Amino acid sequence: MNSKNNNMNTLTINKETATVTEKLVSGSFTVIDALLKENVSTIFGYPGGAIMPIYDALYDFRKELNHILVRHEQGAIHAAQGYSRVSGKTGVVFATSGPGATNLVTGLADAMIDSTPLVCITGQVFAHLLGTDAFQETDIINITTPVTKWNYQVTDATEISTVLAKAFFIAKTGRPGPVLIDITKNAQLQMLNYQEYQQCNFIRSYRPTPEIRIEYVAQAAKAINEAKKPFIVYGQGVILGNAEKEFLHFMEKSGIPTAWTIMGMSAIPTNHPLAVGMLGMHGNYGPNLYTNECDVLIAIGMRFDDRVTGRLDKYARQAKIIHLDIDPAEIDKNVLADIPVWGDCKDTLPMLTELIDQKTHQDWFQKFREAKAIEVERLIQPELFPTEGEITMGEVIQILNELTNGEAVIVTDVGQHQMIACRYAEQTQTRSNITSGGLGTMGFALPAGIGAKYGAPERTVVAIMGDGGAQMNIQELGTIMQFQPNVKILILNNNFLGMVRQWQELFHEKRYSFTDIQSPDFVQVAKAYGIKGNKVKLREDLKLALVEMLEHPKSYLLEVAVRMEDNVFPMVPQGKGVSEIVLRKEDI
Amino acid sequence: METEKKEYTLTIYTENHVGLINKIAIMFSRRKISLESFNTSPSEVPNIYRFTIVVIEAASVVKNLVKQIEKIIDVFKVYCNTNDEIVWQQMALYKVPTKIIMQEVRVERLLREFGANTVVIREDYIIFEVTGQREEINSFLVELEKYGLIEFVRSSRIAIINKSEGIHNSILEMEKLNPALKEINNEFLDKKDQVFQM
Repeated sequence: MNSKNNNMNTLTINKETATVTEKLVSGSFTVIDALLKENVSTIFGYPGGAIMPIYDALYDFRKELNHILVRHEQGAIHAAQGYSRVSGKTGVVFATSGPGATNLVTGLADAMIDSTPLVCITGQVFAHLLGTDAFQETDIINITTPVTKWNYQVTDATEISTVLAKAFFIAKTGRPGPVLIDITKNAQLQMLNYQEYQQCNFIRSYRPTPEIRIEYVAQAAKAINEAKKPFIVYGQGVILGNAEKEFLHFMEKSGIPTAWTIMGMSAIPTNHPLAVGMLGMHGNYGPNLYTNECDVLIAIGMRFDDRVTGRLDKYARQAKIIHLDIDPAEIDKNVLADIPVWGDCKDTLPMLTELIDQKTHQDWFQKFREAKAIEVERLIQPELFPTEGEITMGEVIQILNELTNGEAVIVTDVGQHQMIACRYAEQTQTRSNITSGGLGTMGFALPAGIGAKYGAPERTVVAIMGDGGAQMNIQELGTIMQFQPNVKILILNNNFLGMVRQWQELFHEKRYSFTDIQSPDFVQVAKAYGIKGNKVKLREDLKLALVEMLEHPKSYLLEVAVRMEDNVFPMVPQGKGVSEIVLRKEDI
Repeated sequence: METEKKEYTLTIYTENHVGLINKIAIMFSRRKISLESFNTSPSEVPNIYRFTIVVIEAASVVKNLVKQIEKIIDVFKVYCNTNDEIVWQQMALYKVPTKIIMQEVRVERLLREFGANTVVIREDYIIFEVTGQREEINSFLVELEKYGLIEFVRSSRIAIINKSEGIHNSILEMEKLNPALKEINNEFLDKKDQVFQM
């Protein structure tokens, strides 16, 4: 091989007639150049045959572009999601063709349903081999079409620049989402005359944000001003739109009780005086109960997921629905809106704030307080401050809150621990709650935690998982071993696939069909990867163990043995309306 | 919410990109909605394609579907119409044995009655053509079955929307202001022997 700058050297052509300087470079170089021009600093990826030319070009820029070598492509994409969710930047993933590309599919689906901006670049076999079942060939474009916001296959290097510019524009604008660009190996190797990279800010068939209709903003303000029992429910749209401040102004001026979806959590401090808690199947008691009593429901940047609404024909039928969303397809999708307010909430919220009256709703608020008191007495107190028996998941989160002052990034997996963490974690700043909300992907937390640490290096990142999810991407301990991101790994082990077991107990006559999962000694596994760890079983050891985990200068794995057959309550049983929420299993 | 299922004709204007048929088709298959008819062809404006799709579904379902299809990056606009809002046609070809049809039918009367045309006349077979709606095409089919029909084919629906002025002018304007970027197709598929491979 020749010189270091193998990909971009050769010649700089100064055509006498040309005004711009063109360089003869490889397609792979144009990929790297696009990333640099898009201010990408971190890539999560895994090399392989069909993406080798891009990795070769990356070799010259390994200082500018921090490439994290994961242990599985699924780990790469979840890490990119974690990175994006804490930082607000677009996550970037490299993977090779065939199995490398198909391993991204779960992460793409997760990012699609949770609206996470990603640009995934996959290598592909030579263009002349497409359709021949070549080694490591797979039709990744058609495989990923339903789980990407946009995807495109490049077979000619001259397209790489414009296509990547489009990719970054599409991923980040409007309702964000994952984009996959598949580049055949010949295009990566092809030499071309290259001009400057140009960012994309317009695609003629794509309208990122809908036009704001002033008359609907006015109608919404009127409805809010006339409401006796208004209720705000908001989702991740507030975070994705960087509209936390605008939202806070709106909420505080309106004085309306406010609840969040799991994806919206942390956009406002969880202890804000107007905050009444989380919505949904395992959300707080009051917000679910009073969804069916409010007279105006103001939904902001949320999509009425079935886990939030329960039975649709029993969801807020009495209320006038105001729905603010950037995606017109979300309006009327699940819940019919009386007043649709299309647009980016960063724009529409200030318009609305301007028009509403400054108010408090003390009597209405009192009802939420009373509901909270019932929930605290029956559920929260015994769960967070138990005095006997084995450790509960809730008390682990409670001590974590104390020790971190609610400043940590909490990354969760899926299941009981996720519901408990999201119910009880205190969060003081936005982009603190990273979880797989829509898709419910087990194995999300560990790689997403790694990515989150790169996205917010100055913050404490705690990846919380159950004993089931812990093993689903456990290979990423290898990534931690090699690159040393300081991620705190907290495994809440109940020796069960707890959420499924809970449903088997409640709805399948306790027939525990394959939910009794056995796990390895997680501390020993961590040790094998050079990661310090500890396991606690006794309440008196818990706090110190958490302190040690948090104070350890590197990654640390703490396994906590928790009660085996605890259930998560309250619960909106499947097929029931939100106000049929129950506090104990006897009430189902 | 209206739950009665009706026939809806969707008219979709798109960029001319590889793979777009799939992106549109999976919107229906994902919801397990079968397509009654699916037509795609270049529109009157260069680089812009027009899809005409017919489904039988409830209004609320179709309404959401339309919004989801409009979200596809390369889609410009989706119109959704009931049958009373459009003029539509299909075309059908019928192959029948010449001998039987000549012996048993007065062909000129048959053609008049069903509004059919003759496309090909050969010693062994004749091909008729009917352009019209489902009933017209079907009734001629039933008629010809009596005379030893050899082959039949029907095209998908094409439709013109009564009310709208279409987007003819606005896409022409757009094409003038922001011309389509040419997509590069795979130039290598037939050059296997000449390409370096590994």
